[in-house]
Amino acid sequence: MVLEKMALVGDALSHVALPGLALGTLLHFNPYIGALAFLFVTAIIIWQIQRTTKISFEALVGAMFTLALALGILLYGNELEALEEALFGDISQVTLMSAGIAAVVCVVAIVLTKVIYDKLVLVMISEDLAVSKGIKVARTNLLYLFLVSVVVAIGIQIVGTLLVGFLVIVPAIAAKNLSTYMKRYALLSAVFGIIAASGGVLLWNFVSFNLPFPGPMVVFVGIAIFVVSLIINWRLKITS
Amino acid sequence: MADDNDGYILKVSDLCVKMQNQILLDHISFNVTKGTTLAVLGPNGAGKTMLFRTLLNLVPHTGSIEWVEKAEIGYVPQYVTVSDVPMTVREFLSMGSGISVGDALDMVRLTNAGIEDKRLGVLSGGQLRRVLIAWALSGSPNVLLLDEPTTGVDMDSEEPIYLLLNEIKKKQKITILLITHNIHIVQEYTDDLLALNKCVTFYGPSSDIAKHEVQHQIHGGPVCVETTRRVP
Repeated sequence: MVLEKMALVGDALSHVALPGLALGTLLHFNPYIGALAFLFVTAIIIWQIQRTTKISFEALVGAMFTLALALGILLYGNELEALEEALFGDISQVTLMSAGIAAVVCVVAIVLTKVIYDKLVLVMISEDLAVSKGIKVARTNLLYLFLVSVVVAIGIQIVGTLLVGFLVIVPAIAAKNLSTYMKRYALLSAVFGIIAASGGVLLWNFVSFNLPFPGPMVVFVGIAIFVVSLIINWRLKITS
Repeated sequence: MADDNDGYILKVSDLCVKMQNQILLDHISFNVTKGTTLAVLGPNGAGKTMLFRTLLNLVPHTGSIEWVEKAEIGYVPQYVTVSDVPMTVREFLSMGSGISVGDALDMVRLTNAGIEDKRLGVLSGGQLRRVLIAWALSGSPNVLLLDEPTTGVDMDSEEPIYLLLNEIKKKQKITILLITHNIHIVQEYTDDLLALNKCVTFYGPSSDIAKHEVQHQIHGGPVCVETTRRVP
């Protein structure tokens, strides 16, 4: 998302999950399944409108996320505690079962990303170049949006819909500061994401600062990684 | 499909492209002979890039585009987004190509430039264009479509790229279609010329560009010509 200059699309997309989370809570099924369903449906709607009207992804996601936010708040009604959990996440509520499912889904997402990796990179460099090589750009974009939706749905459990954009953006820009080639960029993005998430939760266990959820601590650790990467890049001129 | 035996690799007939009620290409007809270079010339907005995109079947159109059955097309677009991408030349050339990175760079005389592990974004304009040409050639095409292959290249580095393309054309028996604004390049390095301004304003041998009436035909205004005749 960062290389495609769509960093804030990942952030805004996360808010689309809110009505799905609300329906799950109200109708007593796993809210994250509701979130994923809403993200998938929204991804298809955005993809289809973008194909037919050529309105930018950012604008469409902007319209959809405000609609979803309004719908989510409407559905939650007086359930303020549940709304708070949806907005800020609560990893302590994640069961072993859902953690296992999240791990499997992550592996599938990584494998699928690997399969379409070359296509995604070519589309990023030049859509015409990609199409001239027989790549179905629209199909690749849709699969990519699905993969982002999956990652966002999993991230929501840890940091909530408000902060999950962090997991899409910050580890990637920190990795970009230290990368001259794609493999390192992909690897460092994943490593920084893991360090930020696990480091933030561990830190919250020791110094909670009366925070009910670990989300903000995850963000602070991630931002610290980004600042360090910025200083290293500035001192060593890695990407210049 | 064009008949392989008549010497043409591409036959375009009565090609029209219309988008949002605007005519972008108006009844374009021309042929391209195997192993030759066709220059496509015209002012900005004349439909040159649109013609290439249509030839690649990226744009809805009417009329016919007939490539010979065995046409393998390599394409070099005018613009690519590489300044912000952490990707090395080695990674780029390794993607989906049938030949080694060394061989690909050898084809465009960049073997000893030491750029394999450099980021695409830090290459000079000339180096980047050569890398893109190497990428297009790595799929072993017999047709190259080059959209302003010297965009972002200084004047001194422009001519060597066309010399290189000429050399590749002869060595690998490739047909080249290229968009350019440079009349000198048209005269020196191409065989036929297709001048566009939505419609065809001139179609004939590139050497004719020196003639006053042809210059007037190309630059004097949108005077469309019939292009049913064969290029001599």
